[in-house]
Order: sequence, then structure tokens, then C-alpha cells
Amino acid sequence: MANKAYQRVYTQLDAITKATVTLKAKNASNDELAVVDGRLAQVVKTKGDKVTLQVFSGTEGIPTNAEVSFLGEPPTVKVSDQLSGRFFNAYGKPIDGGPEVEGETRQIGGPSVNPFRRRQPSQLIPTGIAGIDLNNTIVSGQKIPFFADPDQPYNQVMADVALRADVDKIILGGMGLTNDDYLFFRHSFESAGVLDKIISFVNTTEEPPVERLLIPDMALTTAEYFAADLNQKVLVLLTDMTLYADALSIVSNRMDQIPSKDSMPGSLYSDLAKIYEKAVQLPSGGSITIIAVTTLNDGDITHAIPDNTGYITEGQLFLRADSDSGKVIIDPFRSLSRLKQLVQGKKTREDHSQVMNAGVRLYADAQNAKTKLENGFDLSDYDHRCLAYAKDYATRLLSIEVNISIDEMLDTAWELFAKYFTKAETGIKQALIDKYWKGN
Amino acid sequence: MNSKSTGIVTGIVSNLVTVQIDGPVAENELCFITVGDTKLMAEVIKVNGKNAQVQVFESTRGLKNGDAVEFEGKMLEITLGPGLLSSIYDGLQNDLTTMEGVFLKRGEYTDPLNREKLWDFTPLAKAGDKVAAADWLGEVREGWLPHKIMVPFSFKGEYTVKSVASEGQYNVDAVVAVLTDAEGNDVNVTMTQKWPVKVAIKSYKEKPRPDKIMETGVRVIDSFDPIAEGGTGFIPGPFGCGKTVLQHAIAKQGEADVIVMAACGERANEVVEIFTEFPELIDPHTGRHLMERTTIICNTSNMPVAAREASVYTAMTICEYYRAMGLRCLLLADSTSRWAQALREMSNRLEELPGADAFPVDLSSIISSFYARAGMVILNNGKRGAVTFIGTVSPAGGNLKEPVTESTKKAARCFYALEQNRADQKRYPAVNPIDSYSKYLEYPEVQKFLNEKIEEGWVSKIQAAKNIVRRGREANDQINILGDDGVPISYHETFWKSELIDFCFLQQDAFDPIDSLCPIGRQKYMLNLVLDICNKDLKFADYEECRNTFKEIINIVRQMNYSEFKSENFNSYLDKLNKLIDENGK
Repeated sequence: MANKAYQRVYTQLDAITKATVTLKAKNASNDELAVVDGRLAQVVKTKGDKVTLQVFSGTEGIPTNAEVSFLGEPPTVKVSDQLSGRFFNAYGKPIDGGPEVEGETRQIGGPSVNPFRRRQPSQLIPTGIAGIDLNNTIVSGQKIPFFADPDQPYNQVMADVALRADVDKIILGGMGLTNDDYLFFRHSFESAGVLDKIISFVNTTEEPPVERLLIPDMALTTAEYFAADLNQKVLVLLTDMTLYADALSIVSNRMDQIPSKDSMPGSLYSDLAKIYEKAVQLPSGGSITIIAVTTLNDGDITHAIPDNTGYITEGQLFLRADSDSGKVIIDPFRSLSRLKQLVQGKKTREDHSQVMNAGVRLYADAQNAKTKLENGFDLSDYDHRCLAYAKDYATRLLSIEVNISIDEMLDTAWELFAKYFTKAETGIKQALIDKYWKGN
Repeated sequence: MNSKSTGIVTGIVSNLVTVQIDGPVAENELCFITVGDTKLMAEVIKVNGKNAQVQVFESTRGLKNGDAVEFEGKMLEITLGPGLLSSIYDGLQNDLTTMEGVFLKRGEYTDPLNREKLWDFTPLAKAGDKVAAADWLGEVREGWLPHKIMVPFSFKGEYTVKSVASEGQYNVDAVVAVLTDAEGNDVNVTMTQKWPVKVAIKSYKEKPRPDKIMETGVRVIDSFDPIAEGGTGFIPGPFGCGKTVLQHAIAKQGEADVIVMAACGERANEVVEIFTEFPELIDPHTGRHLMERTTIICNTSNMPVAAREASVYTAMTICEYYRAMGLRCLLLADSTSRWAQALREMSNRLEELPGADAFPVDLSSIISSFYARAGMVILNNGKRGAVTFIGTVSPAGGNLKEPVTESTKKAARCFYALEQNRADQKRYPAVNPIDSYSKYLEYPEVQKFLNEKIEEGWVSKIQAAKNIVRRGREANDQINILGDDGVPISYHETFWKSELIDFCFLQQDAFDPIDSLCPIGRQKYMLNLVLDICNKDLKFADYEECRNTFKEIINIVRQMNYSEFKSENFNSYLDKLNKLIDENGK
């Protein structure tokens, strides 16, 4: 954001709201950045000779005679290999005490990939977590959020996934992270010894909420540099998208826009889609995969934020505390990866999809047995076996603490099937039973 | 709209731009705004005194007050001609396959048609013929389809054919006919013409009620709630209920000559799936590659919002063009909710007073006039053509009481309600058999068609099957409340008969090569088979026996669904089934 020769300076504000200022100015271009009283702002509206600026850090204390200078360009990020291992704020300034980054300046929020130039995602991203790899396999180029209540350990799971995933770069976009969570991410990345492949853009709760709006574009423009220019496999982590959407609603409210469902702006779908659709498999081999977090209010997925997200993303992963096993598990019923069939049985063992389906179906039978038990009906022998299986299945496969290879997950499932069920009860194709059944 | 006006930008809010104009402009007129060295296309949506408000089809980043605007004197038009099929366009009919680079470039507009390609032309009209708009002058082969070269739809009144090109190879810009109008002026006709997308093409003789059904190979649609050829339908459903899979199944198997798929504000990877898989897949009706009869209009969710609205109109116009050739077209739009949301965004920026859920108040009329463009028509030469339209709706929170679903319900004649509960139980397609409906079943013309094409009394059989499903649901509620032992066995029997219809007829495996496509003849056979079992008086000692027997029956009939119709395998399952029923029957 260096000063430019053609910088224009004004000192008379006409109107101030909590997030915007309006002034008379010439030649302001849409999306252009400006500095208002030392704070970064962006042109969001022009009308006649008036220009409205959204001030990212809020307008507290800005006087009507504040100095406003226009910078002549939209928000940018400097991209180069020097980004690796560094932590930045929403404006791309280092927050880790290191030096400024040098590199090519790129506008953030750039154009989309021509849909015709995309390729069908086909590379598996193993995470070691069976609730994901076995039941909801993630594919490079996919976009998938965790739907979780605020008390669940979604950031820990995401850090685990990131560190185990076989990718070239991991880019963290943290929006409204508590300082503790920011330090947690920093500590886990540092102690894993993989800092050189991680880049973080972080807005903490201590910083103004509107600044968050820059984070996803910062992270994804950086991701595009590594994926499209350097053909790398990039994994982008966005947490928490609910707080991002909240910031959107603050701005639209200050701009007197008519809210739609749940006080969200009418453009929420497009705003979220612009971010998530950056996930892509490129023909050159580079890819951007997005794993996000959308926190829920008491599990309510009909709220506008998770609802719109569900229509945009390719599935969702639900975290749930399981009372039988005492573990946090990936809920096999409500979770879904829409792209799993692109790799299951193709990049993994032939029995993958059958074992997955049988495992989940038997787990569903256990839930039915549980309902029967709660309603005071008698349980059959099959019901008892289902219940015992469910506990084992949740502990050894669904738990987020699991970290094994996909072949081991399949073998574990076969072992559980043989322990509790007959061959016929699993409903698996005979040919696979003959080959993989453990026991008699 | 003769003189071209110009103007300058005076206000910008996102993609809504206010332009001060120096001359006349028309509603929906196109203009180009100059930003640096690119020109951005925009459309007039509101005029107030000297100010026109335009929606820009691209990102407005970097636009300034004072930037120059040139009006075009015409509305948003698309180019119609041979070569539309197997193309992949954006919402403004730019050919996405000829664009350079991985990223879309703002202000890059590409030609929708290949101007060099030569087409084998055969004349159909001769000198001296009297013709009017949409009359056929000649024909070229587009894939296996006869693509008619017509008198342009914009020609008014009667013309006399002066000459028609002789049989031979021509490119699309070659003059293939010369017509003389009433005043004696000669007009050249090439293979292409332009048409404004927001205006319906009405160059046909009449639009009667649809009188036959369009087969989709999906049992729950064709048998339970069939859609008419030239009919309209919509599929609402929460995310994860299989909307897209069902639409793709219809696109693959629909009994139509031309399929236009409008990916409107949906995931780009779904479009990738279509153009990756369709070129490999074979059309079950003609044996040709599916892509040869398919046009994709693609404005994915991250592409500019204003062009999203244009995309559904572009798709409809292409369908109407092929309908005028006497072809059967099927338009699939996924999803019309995204289009409605695009309208909402603009209405919001225009600061219009909002209707329900902040949607524009005229949403309902916009949706119904769009659905009204579908239909079966009788052309001037007496031939039939049809546009069948199926749209999906993505109701917010899965709640069907929202403005887009309600408005669409008033406009569309078929309703395929996808149900979360069925999807959770993996009962696909998750179409609710009770809530869904097809108004076409009430048409005497359609009933007559079904009586002749399938069998006498088919509609009453469908009603009987629906009744069994309904009664089964009621019985199931009772069983759940009172417990397995608390109800008479007949309740269990009623419930399991409905499960039989559900598992063996309504559910269908869209990923199985045989089960995914069930021709109407096979549907008739299977429904009769299942209904016969339902009408049998079976004897069971207790509810366990009832359940086990039906589970066995269901298993056998499902195996039949997975087997080649009337093959050895199929028949052996049938024998097994008959034996089982005989053992239990009295």
C-alpha cells in the first residue's frame, strides 16, 4: 500500500456510520482502497460526486475533518515463495515479527476459472480419520465444511487434517479466531515441523470484524498463485465462515440494505459461492481444496448460513459427541462427501464402498435398536449384537482420534463385521466376502 | 430503438450502475461501459428521467463515475444457427471452449458459432413460394438432427422466395436464400439469425394442450406423475436430496431430440461432470453420443450474478429455436432459486420495496411468464414441436413455504417433492410419492394417450398404487405408536405392501446400468407384477413371518430390476417369486 504519485487527498466527510464514511471526491473507482484517518477503507458506492467508503476497522473516533487519501487500486496481496511459514493479518502485514514479504502484487478477489478449463477432481486426500477417509472421502479440488457446534473441537480436527494431508501448501484463513485458537494453530504448525509449507492470514476476535471480509480473498488469491502458477496442491482452511457471514451482515446493514432470511444480506449465496468456488482441479495438476468451518447454533442447519453453505459446498462433515463411546465422532448419517465416488474403489481398495455402506447400515440398525430399548420394547439377539458393534465402530473408526491408513480402516471394519455379524447380515457382495472376510 | 444514445457513469453500487443519458434508451437495452481498455456489457433495468440504471454482466471493479457508456439500440440477443448443439456457453452465449487461458477475462466476448465450418445444405423451399417467419427454407445435418434453416423470426408479414441456394456446402454466413417482401425489396437470409432472449418466439400456428407424456425412464416420474411432452415441472428439495442426480438422469434418458441444460448459479464441478461424462455416454433412444444433442449454458455460482438471470433466458430461446424446427426439446434449469436470488440482489440495489423474504414483488409473475414459454406447438406447416421445461428449486432451509417454491407451484404443472426423510433413508430418487403430483394425469387427452400407449385403465392403476402407499404410511404410524404386537397382522400386511411398491417400483438405482433406465413397457410390467402381489390375499402366522416373507419378495423383485428385462436371469427370479407367493397364498 505504498503511496502513489497520483494520490488524492480530501479532508471533509459528509456522513459517518459505524462502518462507512461518505465524502465528496473525484475519480474514485469501484473497489478502490483508501486510507481514512490512517485506517484502510474501500470504495463500496459512488453516487454523483459522493463516494461511500467501508472502513475495515470501524469508524470509532473518526472526525468529520479526517484526512482521506485514495490509493488508486483495489486490495492486493504480494505473492512469492517468501510467504511460506509466515503469519499475516487481514491486510497482508506480518504479525509474526518477521520482515515484509517481497513479491508480485496481485489484486485479491480476481476472476473465476473458466468452467470448461476445470478438470474432474480425482485425487484422494487422506486424513487418517476414518470418519472422513472411509465414509466421506475428500478429493483434491473439493470444498467441504465442518458443521459443528461452537463447543466442539473443530479447529483441532482441522489442524490434524491439515498436517496429515499430502499437499504442497496449507493456507489458513482465520476469521474471528480467539487469540487462544490462533496460538493453538501457530503452536501446532510449529511443533509439527512443517512450518515452511504453511501460510496464515489471521483476524482474531481482538480485531475489528469487518476486516475479516478480506481474509478469504487474501488466502485464496495466495492459493491461486501456488496452484495455478506453480502447479502445487494447495489446501485452504477457512475458520470460521459463520463469523465471516456475520461481518457481511454488519456491512450490508450499515449500508441500509434490506435483509433477507436471518438478517443476512440477499447476496449471501453469491458472496459465499465466490469464495468456495475457488476450489478447483486445474488441468496443469495444481489444485485448491477448501476445508472450512461453519459453526452452528445448537445444530440448526436451516439457518441461512449453513443452509446456503450446504447448497454451495460438496458435502459437509458433522461433528457429534457420541455418548456410547465417549468420543467426538464424525456423524456418519448427516455427513456427506459428494465427490467420494470419484475415488472410492478407484484410488482405494475395491471393497471400499461396500464396506462403507455396510458399516453405516449396521450402525443405523444399532440406532434403531437403541430407540427400541429407550421405548421399553424387548431387544432381539441381533439388536444386542448391533449395540455392541456400534460402540466398537464408534471407538475404532468414527472417532476423530483415529489415525490409520485406509487399508487399515477397511481391515478394521471387516474385523468388526466378523466379530458381531454373520456374512449374510452384512449384505456385502459374495465375491468380496470370499476375499476379505476375517474368520470363518 | 434506432438512434444510439451515449451516457456517462454517475453512480456505482456493486454491479448496479447509474448512467446519465443524452438520448432515448429502451428498457432492457444493452450498453457497453468503457473501463480502461475493456468494455463491459450491461443491460438497462430502470429509467428515471435522465438517469438509466443498468446491471453490469461483469465485475465493476475499477469503474469510475464519468466513464463513457455507449448504448447499442438493441436488447440482449443471442445468435441462432447450426452448431449450437454440443456447445458450452456462458449465460450471454459466449463460447467457453474457445476462450483463452484458465481464468475468465473480464470483457472477453467470444463468437457462439463456428463461422468457418461448412454444412451440407439441402433446399426445402423453391422460388415463388410464399413464406412467413419460421417457415423452413432449407436443412442442414447437425449431428443426426435435421436442422432447419428458417425465415428469421423477426420477419413480419409475407415474403416471396426469390431464390434458394442449391444443394451444397456452405458456412453459416453464406446467403442461402433471397426473399422479396411485400414492397418488392429483396432480403438476404443466411443460416444464422439473432433473437432477443427475453422475448418469446411465437412464430407458430397454435399452442394446444399437451396430449402425450415424455418418457424419462424414471419410474416414479413416468408412471406415478408423468410429465407431458411440452409440459412443465419442478423439483424442489433441500441440499443432499439428489436433485442434481435426478436431473442428470432425466437429461441422459429424456425422450427428446434436443436437451439444453442451464447450470444456473450452481457448482462448477457439476458442469465439469456433465461435459466429462456426456461425450462418453450413449443416448438410449438413438444410440448416438449424448453430447451431440446437448447444449450447456453455464453460469456457475461464482460467475457474475446478472448474467445468471440471462442464462435461463438464453437457454429457453435456444429451445424455442429448435422447437420451430419441429423437434422435441427438453430444458433443464438447475436451479431457478439462484435466478430468483439474482433478481433479489438487483431489486435490493435498486432500493425497491421488497416482497416476502426480500424477493421482488413481481417474482411470481416473472416465474410464471417464463414457464409459459414452454409448451407443445403446432407449426405453420402443421408439424409438432415441443419445449418441456423442468426446473429445480432450492428452498431455503428445505422449507417449501418460501416465495420461490410457492410462485413456481402456481406456474408448473408437475411437482416432484424431494424429501429429506427419504434421502436420509437412502430411498432414491427421494421423490415423495404422496405429495408429488402431475396435473397432466387429469387431462382427458393424456389419459387417452396412456390408455392407448400403455394399457386401458392405466391411470386408475396408478391411483390404486398411490393408495396402497398412502395406506401403508398410516399403518406404519399405528405400528410405531402401538408396537408390533399391538396391532392386527393386517396392519403389517398393509405396511409391507406399501414397502413393496416403494422398494421395487419407486426406488431406482441411478448408478446401475440396467436399473437406471426403465422404459415404459417395463414399467407397466413391473407395476402390474407388484400390484398383483398387493392384491393377493396372503396368509401369515404372525407379523414376523409377514415381515420376513415380504423382505424376501422385495429382495427377489429388486434383483429383477437389476437384470436385463425378460432375460434368463430375470425369468429365473420370476419363477422364484411365483413359487414363494404360491407357498403363502391361499
